[in-house]
Amino acid sequence: MTQQRLDTCFARLKGEGRAAFVAYVMAGDPDPQTAFDILSGLPAAGADIIELGMPFSDPMAEGPPIQRAAQRALKQGITVAKTLDIVRRFRQGDQTTPIVLMGYLNPILSRGYERFAVEAAEAGVDGLIVVDCPPEEADPLADPLEQAGISLIRLATPTTDAKRLPAVLRRTSGFVYYVSVAGVTGVKEADADAIGPAVERVRAASGLPVAVGFGIKTPARAAAVARIADAVVVGSALVELIAQALEANQPAAPKVLASARALAQAVRDSRRHEASIRA
Amino acid sequence: MTAQARPPVPNDYAAYPDAAGRFGEFGGRYVAETLMPLVLELEQAYAAAKADPAFQAELNGYLTHYVGRPSPLYFAERLTEHFGGAKIYLKREELNHTGAHKINNCMGQILLAKRMGKTRIIAETGAGQHGVASATVCARFGLPCVVYMGAVDVERQKPNVFRMNLLGTEVRPVTSGAATLKDAMNEALRDWVTNVEDTYYMIGTAAGPHPYPAMVRDFQSVIGVETRAQVLEAEGRLPDAVIACVGGGSNAIGMFHPFLNDEGVRLIGVEASGHGLDKQHAASITGGRPGVLHGNKTYLLQDDDGQILDAHSISAGLDYPGIGPEHSWLHDVGRAEYRTCTDDEALAAFQLTAEVEGIIPALESAHAIARVGELAREIGKGGVIALCLSGRGDKDVGTVAAALGRKISEV
Repeated sequence: MTQQRLDTCFARLKGEGRAAFVAYVMAGDPDPQTAFDILSGLPAAGADIIELGMPFSDPMAEGPPIQRAAQRALKQGITVAKTLDIVRRFRQGDQTTPIVLMGYLNPILSRGYERFAVEAAEAGVDGLIVVDCPPEEADPLADPLEQAGISLIRLATPTTDAKRLPAVLRRTSGFVYYVSVAGVTGVKEADADAIGPAVERVRAASGLPVAVGFGIKTPARAAAVARIADAVVVGSALVELIAQALEANQPAAPKVLASARALAQAVRDSRRHEASIRA
Repeated sequence: MTAQARPPVPNDYAAYPDAAGRFGEFGGRYVAETLMPLVLELEQAYAAAKADPAFQAELNGYLTHYVGRPSPLYFAERLTEHFGGAKIYLKREELNHTGAHKINNCMGQILLAKRMGKTRIIAETGAGQHGVASATVCARFGLPCVVYMGAVDVERQKPNVFRMNLLGTEVRPVTSGAATLKDAMNEALRDWVTNVEDTYYMIGTAAGPHPYPAMVRDFQSVIGVETRAQVLEAEGRLPDAVIACVGGGSNAIGMFHPFLNDEGVRLIGVEASGHGLDKQHAASITGGRPGVLHGNKTYLLQDDDGQILDAHSISAGLDYPGIGPEHSWLHDVGRAEYRTCTDDEALAAFQLTAEVEGIIPALESAHAIARVGELAREIGKGGVIALCLSGRGDKDVGTVAAALGRKISEV
């Protein structure tokens, strides 16, 4: 039942004629209270969907900002169970904003796939992205997630060719995450022109909304991608603000939320501008 | 917890992995989607090369004339006398070019990379042996090479860093995480995912996503194939046991694999128990549980939440919190036995071998030597054991000197 939150969200935004702004933060980073202030402030700042990172000791697909965020979270003692507690607490004040957990397979495997699916659904999780679990290995995880009503969200990448795409999209729901560059998070920036056809291809093959992420750092860039994609994911840029705030000994939450507000505004305005230009 | 009751014993141990790259429940291809097409391409390219007599002939030519194969099987008379049991033979992989078994695999992979049209090589290294072997073949075949090495290992293996530089390789110190081998592997994977067009990732052990565990095993199986023939020639029969150290486990699986269906031959892997199994160690099978890391499902050192723990071994080459998936499977089906050896026991075996055989073994190989004595007595006189002496210990003299409280000037 929980994946309805994602479907409802995208249906509403389609009605509004705009893309979703997806904000990524790491669970418990930099400390549980600050992290919760950020998380609970994101919807009001304009985040339509929240991706909540589950920290892992060996995040192979992450660039330095999210690697460091994971280390900070682990130092705070964040576990799978504590991440789910955070979602539970968030849901007490927010029943509508979809939450997608993003992480690596081993902590989920360690928890047990079935137990994890049941607990995550009960906590109010709507979707799950597992970076190191390609479709070839996903069935044992997809079964309990489907049963619990949690979307297993798939990643399509520039190396996913037309032949492979159907396999990638099998058993997926909610939305598809298009990784716009071959690389780790938060480093390379994709060429907006190159993203367009790829997003079209994935959208046509899946019939699902397509979110684009990796390398989107500024409101201008978010706006450009929002004209093409159904959702724009920003992670490293937000997480890096936490690192900067810590270094400057300043409170992190206001910085992150201000940046989220600017990004959300840019996403909201992007198609409006286009509409007015067209008119 | 995914560990189950002991899986069924197969009819043909050598028939694994299956089409999905699995050894029972272990192995697989747990990589990011960006890498999946690359891993599948590699699988096809390797299958074609493996079946191509021209590829095998070229590889064998280099193994003979460049690496120096076959390596001798040497009857260690004085070690045998010292322990007073079964005859101990040493498979002298330390006599290969670059001083360890690592070159067997690198030679195979560089020929494959060239065949695939790749123009840039990346590798990870712990002690630096695989890094040096990678740098060596890249120099020989004229390809640029980047080796990722934990900053901690760069510090404790300076001579190997310089060796790699001499061979024209760029060594990139990795400061993320614990700054050791597992972090170097993370960083190599990050490089690969960023440079998908031209780059070949030369993994140094029989681990990682399929086809690496099977491919590296195949390239290292020359160890066991030769040993099997050499023991037959020397003794007129197969050995009672073969024994090798296990970190990622490439020398061990290379030694074991040609004996898998010889069920009378015991296969014994020795893991590094570091400061002790109740303290910091690197014994993934003995002290870990199954999980997923670096592209494969295997035994791992991890906490209750599935976070990977830092390993410890005095030997940098065994200092890894995982093990190749075929070992995990051989353990679970009961075909191979895994024992452990502490830092102190390895140090004692290192010195003993130097003193009675005139051979300075790598600290990695010393772990196997430390367990061979009781095995020799267990099997008894009249028995035959073959031990894989996977590398020479020149690289370790600094570490050993420090452990013994002696000072030597740096190389």
